[in-house]
Parts: sequence; C-alpha cells; structure tokens
Amino acid sequence: MGSLLNADRPPLFCPGCAHDRVTQAVDKALDRLGLAGHQVAMVSDIGCSGLFDTFFNTHALHGLHGRALTYATGLKMARPELKVIVSMGDGGLGIGGAHLLSTCRRNIDLTLLILNNFNYGMTGGQCSATTPANAKVASGFLNQLEVPLDACRVACAAGAGYVARVSAYHASLSEQIAAAISFNGFAMLDIWGVCPGRYTRRNTLTPQMIEADMARLPPAQGVVEENRRPEFGSLYQARAAAQPPAAAPHQVTVTHRAPQSGRRELVILGSAGQRIVTAGEILCLAGLTAGLHATQKNDYPITVLRGHSVSEVVLADEKIGYTGIAHPHVIIALTLEGVARRQALFGALRPDALVIANHHLQLPQHAAEQVNIDFKTAKIKSPDWALAALAVLAERRQAIHPAMLHSALALRFAGRVLEKAMDLVARSARLA
Amino acid sequence: MGINFMEGNEAIARGALAAGCRFFAGYPITPATTIFNTMLQLLPPSGGICLQGEDEIASMGFCLGASMGGLKVMTATSGPGLSLYSEQISFAVGSEIPIVIINVQRLGPSTGSATRGADGDIQFMRWGNSGGLPVIVLAPVDLSDCYLLTAHAFNLAETYRCPVFIAANKEISMTRESVDLQSLALPVPSHRAAPVTTEAFMPFAADPGTGVPGFLPMGGEVLVRQTSSTHGAEGYITVDPGQIGRNQARLVDKLESAVQRFTFYEADWQTGAETLLVAYGVTARAAVAAVARLRSQGRLVSLLVLKTLWPVPEALISGALADHRRVVVVEMNMGQYVREIRRLAGAKAVVFLGQMNGELIRPEQIMEVIIHG
Repeated sequence: MGSLLNADRPPLFCPGCAHDRVTQAVDKALDRLGLAGHQVAMVSDIGCSGLFDTFFNTHALHGLHGRALTYATGLKMARPELKVIVSMGDGGLGIGGAHLLSTCRRNIDLTLLILNNFNYGMTGGQCSATTPANAKVASGFLNQLEVPLDACRVACAAGAGYVARVSAYHASLSEQIAAAISFNGFAMLDIWGVCPGRYTRRNTLTPQMIEADMARLPPAQGVVEENRRPEFGSLYQARAAAQPPAAAPHQVTVTHRAPQSGRRELVILGSAGQRIVTAGEILCLAGLTAGLHATQKNDYPITVLRGHSVSEVVLADEKIGYTGIAHPHVIIALTLEGVARRQALFGALRPDALVIANHHLQLPQHAAEQVNIDFKTAKIKSPDWALAALAVLAERRQAIHPAMLHSALALRFAGRVLEKAMDLVARSARLA
Repeated sequence: MGINFMEGNEAIARGALAAGCRFFAGYPITPATTIFNTMLQLLPPSGGICLQGEDEIASMGFCLGASMGGLKVMTATSGPGLSLYSEQISFAVGSEIPIVIINVQRLGPSTGSATRGADGDIQFMRWGNSGGLPVIVLAPVDLSDCYLLTAHAFNLAETYRCPVFIAANKEISMTRESVDLQSLALPVPSHRAAPVTTEAFMPFAADPGTGVPGFLPMGGEVLVRQTSSTHGAEGYITVDPGQIGRNQARLVDKLESAVQRFTFYEADWQTGAETLLVAYGVTARAAVAAVARLRSQGRLVSLLVLKTLWPVPEALISGALADHRRVVVVEMNMGQYVREIRRLAGAKAVVFLGQMNGELIRPEQIMEVIIHG
C-alpha cells in the first residue's frame, strides 16, 4: 500500500523526540496490515502526541485533553468497520484516567498508543502520572510526593484484552503496533520514550535505561489471557438485536363521561410501599377514559423504599395549564408522613371538598367533608390502601366513577393482578 | 386514535426517535434519567446504539464521535452534568458537530436539589462554553413541545451543524400528562448537507449560501479531518488572523442571521393592552392561567411565550415590545432571560418576577405583579 504519511504536513517534533519514531512505526504498521487511509481513523488529544492525527492521510479526529478514547468509542460504535487508533501522552493518561479504566472494562476494538515520555512536554515539563519521584521536573518538589502509575498493570486489572509495554527504540516497535491494531478488542501499548525538549534537559534517560527500567516491572507483552472475552461492539450488536421491540405508549379511548365538569385537583398523601404513584396514574387513566385531560406530579425522597410518597393529579375537561395544586377537591390521606408534606393544603380545602382518610390519623383542621376508612377492620393491607381509597372516591362519584376506575384498572393491569385489583375495588366500595 | 399518558422525558425520547436519532449516550442523573431509560427501550431493538458513559464527559464524547461517524446523536443531563459537558460543548460549537443536548433543569446551584425544578441554566447553556460562540436553545412548555421541539432540535442540529439544547425542567420532564401524540405534526426530518463536491474535500469550507460546511462522515471513502483546535477550511491548525476571524464571524452569523427561520413562540396579543407578559418553559403555563383570570376581571394584558431562547429572537421580541408600554418577565430563576429583554426594551419599564425555591411560580403571583408591580 505504501506510506500513509501526509506529505503536506511532515512530522515536526523536536530533534530526537521519541514521538517521531512512533510516527514512523505506526506508518510501517499500517503498511504491514495493508490498510488504506480511509479504513483508518487516528484519534488524538492534547499535547505533543496530539499532533499525531495531522501526520497521516487517514480520517483524523483531534479533541480535548484526555478525551480521545471517548470520541474513539462513539466513532467505533457508529463505524465498526473502521480501524480506530488513539494516541495520547502520559498527560492524557492521567487526566483521562476514568476513560481508560472504562475502555479496558468494555474491551471495545480500539488501539491505544500511550506516548509515554514522563512529563508534560508542551506546557514546560511538569510532572505527569508516570513521572518518577526522583525526576527533576517543572513542578518543583511535587512529583516527589507521588508515585508513578504503571499504566499496564492498571489496564490489566481493569480488564484490557491486550496490554504491552514497549520501548520506542525497540526494533519490533512497528510489529508490536501492528499486532495491537490486529487484536479484536481493546489493545493498549505503553510506549516509553525520551522527551529531549524538556525531560532530558534535567534528567538522564537513554534507550538503555528505558529497557532496564522496563525490565524491573512485571511483563506486559500482549494478549491478557485472563481478560480474553468477546469484543464490546459485536457483543452489543448481538444483544441489541435480541431485545424485544419497545412497547408502544398506552392508547386510551374515550368510553365514559366524567361525573363533573371543570378542573378537579386531587392529592394522595402516603408513604413508600403504598403504590401511591400507581394510584395517581390509575386516577389519570380513569380520567382519560372519560375524555379528560390529566397531569400527575409525584414527590418522594431518594430513598424509594422509605419516607413519604405524594401524588398530585389534575383532571380537567380543558387543556391543563398550571399543574400546581392550591385548593384540592380531594385529598386521600393515608399516613402522617405523607400528610406532613402537604399540611398547608388542608387549610385551603373548601366545604365542598372531600377528604378520604385513614381513620386513626390526626389531620390538620379543614372545612371539607371527611370519610374515614378503617383499613384494618376491612382487612386491607397497607400496599392496597391507595387503591381502596380510589374505590371509595369512585363510589362517591368525585372526579371519577366506578366504571371509569374499572376501565383504568384494565388499562394498567392484566391477568391475575387485574383480578385482584378488581376484587379489592369491589370490597372497598362498601366502605364509602 | 387514542390518548397517551406519559411524562415529558418519554415524549422527548420518542420525539428523538421520530427525528431519526440513532445514538444516545448519557450518565444517570435525576431528573434526566428517564430519557436514558426510554432510549434504552427504543434504540437497541431498532438497530440504534444506547450507551451509558462512565461520566458526562464520556457520554458527550461518545456522541461527538458517533456524530462524526454520521449518526444523529443525543445526550441528556441536568445541571451538574451540564457543567461537565462544557468542554465538549465548546468542541461541538467550534468544530460544527451536530448534537442534541437535553438539559432537564433542576434546582441549583451545584448539586442543589435533584427532584426540584428550576430554569437556572438559561444563560449557562448559552455561555457555558469556552469562546462564547452561539448555540441554539429551545424551551418546551408542555408534553407536546417535548415531542415536537426535540424533533425540531434534531433538524436544527443537522441544518446548522451545532449543538442544540432542549431547556427542559423537572416540572415538565417528570410530570406525566395526557397527550395525543399521533395528532401532532412532526417536522420532516432533515439531514446534514453533503458538500457540493467531494473532490479535494475541505471539511470546513462553508457553503456560501448557508454559511454551513458540507458534511461527510468519517469512515467513508473521502478522508475527513476534524479538530478542536483553531482550524482553516481544510481542517488543519491555522494561525492566520484573517482566516480565523472570518471563521469566528461565520460561526456567529450562521445562527444569529437564521434565527427567524426557527423562532418558535406563542403570541396572545390583546388589543389595547399596555402590559406584555413574557414567559417560557413551565412558567408559561402559570402565565396562561394568570392572563385568563386577569382578562376575566376585565384587565387587558398580552402574552408572549418564547420557545426559542437562543439565539435571542430579537425581531419577535422587539416587535412585541413596540406594541406595549411595559413588560413583565417571569422566570424560575433569579433573573436570567430578563437581561435579554432589558437589553431590547430600551427605556421601557421592565418588571421582573423570579423565584428559585423549588416551587412553581403560581398564577396569583404573576397576577399580583401585573396588577401592582
């Protein structure tokens, strides 16, 4: 195929920069694999390694510091046939650490080349995540307080399928790059090299020293057997294709007439586990069966299994604008926890309003009619209180009537659950 | 025919699918999570891609990569996540990458209150990118808007190659509402225009007619260069001040000169009214109720509900201002969009009603300001 190096933009690294060797080795690797420019995307981020994309006649995407893996992931998912090669420095490794971990865990078919030269070259030689503690860098003594990161051990622990530590000066560099590109999964090469512009001005580092330093670390030479598994993108496609089609939204047809006209505001005050939100939804669906417009707002704490649960419903024969509730027509009060969240609403109740209350609750003063229910004597368990109260409400023909409620239940439930709900409603109607 | 009952977030997701969204990536955050949940139901079985990023930065990065691969993409978040999007928003703005960003606003600042509504990010969406170039922001009032404006947002992102925000609010997104989705007229889906010629393709050479560069996806036969760095038409870094300056001006102009083509609003003028009430988002619903009650009391008042917030639809607002003596601006924050109205109002009186305490602004509060403000 020949070289994919961009004749219009020749590499312009500092003399002696290891990045130059990597650039040449990548070109040889692409040639070795017989890849044409349009089959490859070079994705880079910030720093000297971020110049990489312009040097190749391939697709090229250059983005923000440490984020190259994120663009590469989206691009690879959109274009699985592309060979996506990511270059980043030890700077990108540090700032994009979370992305590296997640990419390893995903095992998506990307090749990451870390151009590791132990400092931030472009900004003046500050310490990076891989700077040795004894190095002299532009961050003063700060690098002496930290230990350098071994990207290879991190990648193995995070589940990368292919991990290798390579010297930029090793004769096999282009072969190793080609092998990484050929790997079907996430492959990371930690390529160590010299930064003559910054790092070796104050530190001595030679190819021989790099070899010696690398020899002291646990080996990382390619396929990580313990992490061998299917590639993310192909796995995604297989699993996605097996998903059932999404259900169409509820379609409600109008079969009833509402007992009243105008706007009706209803509030259900209870606790977690009492199916308050479901009761609010059933109330709305009941309204819809009579051609009413409906809105439902719910209020519960982040601990969904504990604490209050409040549902606010508006039913109206005209389009509903403001969804807030100031003067409810109906309050269903099941627990003090719920009542405590809407104390003020009781004072706003008008004489023609209705309160359906758990009989032993001490409610705030109000002017409305109150129906008390003794759930315990009626042998109705707490998770069913809200629906039982809806049955009482329907029996009283406030906002809904029994036929609307039955239709709503049939929309929301099926089979055995529907039977039980209908039975509960029939039993509860007597409590009105 | 039938009526649907769903929350705003589901309508947003269904609007996105109808507009051709094929890629969604997000990070769970209340009150935006149910968009992710719905996209996860909708996209995989229909051949689309839905990913959960390790954070918001990654989620938006995935989207930008996929958009460059040629897919219509969307992400969704709330204030804390929008903060993390910032660097990627700048990338999408400067490098003209189509993306729809749903911002389900919640009460801030910072982590604030996850389950309380606000419109506290109105200026943040506009200015929360480095460089300060314009974006498009649409603000839904109700469930129908969630569905329709999301579809429009995709078309605008495709047409103008820019990030388009939906400025939703917990009070719309997590409120369930009845709607007849089938009765709503969706816009015909648009697609990013291809370059006039693919010979010697230059990724940022703008079509002189639209000011928008033709798009080719990465992965096709023609090589595509994309960069977050200051670039010339060919996609390489440039330091030429003339070229840079012309490009920045184009990025401003392609949106600001076009806003009249996507100025969404509802105007309810009353003859003889001296007061113009301006509102957007969920607060517009209280405004409608307030206006109806004021009129039933014999008071004259006009109402302008803005659904395109950015770029500021100046022609619309200036025209509305010209017909009235005073303006009342209501919003669920401590005073954000009112700055734009004041800027356009000149010497006219501008009265502001703001509230950011997690509660809806009530119609009575608006009536009070109009009568006594």
